[in-house]
Amino acid sequence: MSNRDVLVVAEVLDGKLKKSAHEVATAGRRLADALGGRLTALVAGNGGSGAAAELGKHGVDAVLAVDGPAFARYAQEALVDAVLAAAGKVAPRAILFAASVPGKETAPAVAARLGAACVADALTVALDGDAIVATKPKLAGKALATVATKAAVAVISLRVNVTVPQEAPRSATVEALALTPRAPRIRLKEVVAPTAKEIELTEADVIVSGGRGMQDPKHWPLILGLADALGAAHGASRAVVDAGWRPHKEQVGQTGKTVSPKLYVACAISGAIQHLAGMSSSKVIVAINKDPDAPIFQVADYGIVGDVFQVVPMLTEEAKAFLKK
Amino acid sequence: MDVVVCLKRVPDTETKVKIAPDGKSLDVSGVQWIMAPYDEIAVEKALLLRDGGGGGSVTVVSVGPAEAVKELRTALAMGADKAVHVVTPAAGDASATAKALADAIRGSKFDLLLCGKQATDEDDAAVGPMVAALLDLPFVAFATTIEVAGGKATVRREIDGEVEVLEVDLPAVLTAQKGLAEPRLPGLKGIMASKKKPLEEKPLAAAVSATEVRSLSLPPGRAGCTKIPPTREGMAQLLKSLRNDRGVL
Repeated sequence: MSNRDVLVVAEVLDGKLKKSAHEVATAGRRLADALGGRLTALVAGNGGSGAAAELGKHGVDAVLAVDGPAFARYAQEALVDAVLAAAGKVAPRAILFAASVPGKETAPAVAARLGAACVADALTVALDGDAIVATKPKLAGKALATVATKAAVAVISLRVNVTVPQEAPRSATVEALALTPRAPRIRLKEVVAPTAKEIELTEADVIVSGGRGMQDPKHWPLILGLADALGAAHGASRAVVDAGWRPHKEQVGQTGKTVSPKLYVACAISGAIQHLAGMSSSKVIVAINKDPDAPIFQVADYGIVGDVFQVVPMLTEEAKAFLKK
Repeated sequence: MDVVVCLKRVPDTETKVKIAPDGKSLDVSGVQWIMAPYDEIAVEKALLLRDGGGGGSVTVVSVGPAEAVKELRTALAMGADKAVHVVTPAAGDASATAKALADAIRGSKFDLLLCGKQATDEDDAAVGPMVAALLDLPFVAFATTIEVAGGKATVRREIDGEVEVLEVDLPAVLTAQKGLAEPRLPGLKGIMASKKKPLEEKPLAAAVSATEVRSLSLPPGRAGCTKIPPTREGMAQLLKSLRNDRGVL
């Protein structure tokens, strides 16, 4: 296999690199080392003045930067074109994306355009002989697959929050990527921001979720209060969403969002297989439920058998005091 | 308007996973099969768009084994007008499926192509954007609302904690997120009618995948559950352990 270089797509948001940029850089560095190649990062949009230095710290040899009105905010068409242009320059063996909304929209399109192999939502990526091998969850995490490809180019999106960023410092060169934007077929009309900018569930470090055992939507401030105390995003079970207590976007589970935060706190969630599928890859799980036989305790690392209406307020108060220290 | 919907036959989301003796695939004995839940939402939205005025048609397309005719018939019973079944004994990866779908769809006239945001077996969310790229059509994933007027679709979708409203030139490929529509249950009349609706079969010799599954396993289990008493002291102990033993706070 002649191509030994790796290209990573470093996402930016609000003038900064996203945390996932360091995750893909770390995974990309390891793969580039195994291949004996160089690591290039594409920064499309404004990643801030320190972007190249930050990426260099995480093992990036070269930054290809493209900016301008087309990249003021993520847009799939512009990003696909930028990645294809970068791939044309670098001729990579692998292209790594974060499996965020932009990555999920863009990576498969790039793979199709390049005739490359595609692995979506991978947990790990490595080199085994002349194959690139990735692990990825299937059936919302009920099974784990090891997938290999010997294709000339592999396009892989990596689940966010899984790779721990590691330093491999070097001084990254920066080169501008020339690109002639096409007339877009998709145009942004409006951005509806929530009153307080919410933490995206799939990218949150800590999630507090509530289930049917909360009994009534009027008790939801308890979940929001604990989430606030822990600096967490908040989610809900399918039963709660189906009952109309909470919006669809908060649903965690096989027909909702699959999440893998560092800490998942399940409040009054019994743990239907549907729900477990969406959260069991969390690093640490805390379950609060009054039923000691609830299936949630089988996946939990810490279990509190008790009444959520007493336990959650206590935990909220203690968390506020503890995190202030 | 004319809408094409891609759908997939998948194991029921309540399925308890067992690994087949080959160590590479799912043990499908006893598995109940369903139309992927997000594809069902896409079918419903297509029906609503067709029936919203101006007429048109809904065509459902699936790449799958002979048995997938059941899921196509379900879509016809919901109200779709015709079905195209690309029959293949062995499922390929997302690239192979997308190529087979694009080949089956290319050349037909439509305003909108809808897919579920992801099938709940592979969870790749890749076939939609791949089909769009192969057909050179604009693509937006995770639509929670779609309105069509004047050759354009207005699509809302969630991204980075915000909601974007995008205007997309038609024809386009969009994927359905939960909330886009509430799928109807086929009624008896629909089921009877579905038997007479056209269902075209297109054989596919072999799907060519660029990836190969080396192994499939159950996720690693957890070490066990530490019981914490439901008291103030218990909460303090929990928080300390989360920080000092686990490093997650």
